[in-house]
Amino acid sequence: MSLAFATGAILVSLGLALVRAVRGPTVFDRILAVNAAGTFTVLLICVHGFLVGRPDFLDLALVYALMNFIGTIAVLNYLHGAVHDPADTPDATVEAP
Amino acid sequence: MIVDAVSGLLLVAGGLFCVTGAVGLVRFPDLYTRLHAVGVGDTLGAFLVLGGLFVLAAGGEHGFVTAALHGEGLAGMEHGLIVGFKLISTLFFMWVSGTTACHALAKAAHLSGLEPWQAPADAPTEGDTP
Repeated sequence: MSLAFATGAILVSLGLALVRAVRGPTVFDRILAVNAAGTFTVLLICVHGFLVGRPDFLDLALVYALMNFIGTIAVLNYLHGAVHDPADTPDATVEAP
Repeated sequence: MIVDAVSGLLLVAGGLFCVTGAVGLVRFPDLYTRLHAVGVGDTLGAFLVLGGLFVLAAGGEHGFVTAALHGEGLAGMEHGLIVGFKLISTLFFMWVSGTTACHALAKAAHLSGLEPWQAPADAPTEGDTP
């Protein structure tokens, strides 16, 4: 019962994180939202494994956590030094230095 | 019985913390406040959820504590021990990587010139944010 509740709560969190990923407005908001969605996915895989009685899914969760972190750092490294263009995101409060 | 109660409490609390962090991610006004919501809420939510699962892995049906109490020896405890070790590994890595990613994100945003949001000067001191 509590496993099902935790699964539902994590699914709701995942949906809210994806809402922020779509709405932006800056690219950093999207990276943060995707990172949070990855974290929620890791928790979802863990809880789902226990829910269906197969904790072997924990291997996938561990690998997903590794990939989530490496992906975030890779995208941030890709953006490093790039001047953020306010024209991309009209709502952003970013100004070129 | 008590195992179910403790793990249920931890799982429900963890789920609520996850929803809290996600609501903050949607509702807060700018990146730095959203970082706070996600960085803090996710870390505690992950600890509570994975802690609840660890209680299940220890004292559940195939848990290592259950096997030890039944005198099954190391062979009977093996499955539960492996599951518990994986849970602790996942939690440890999420603690290390989540905070590091949030720090890197805040630093990258700051270096690229993103200014923190400030309340309007004529806004009331109490009340909701835009």
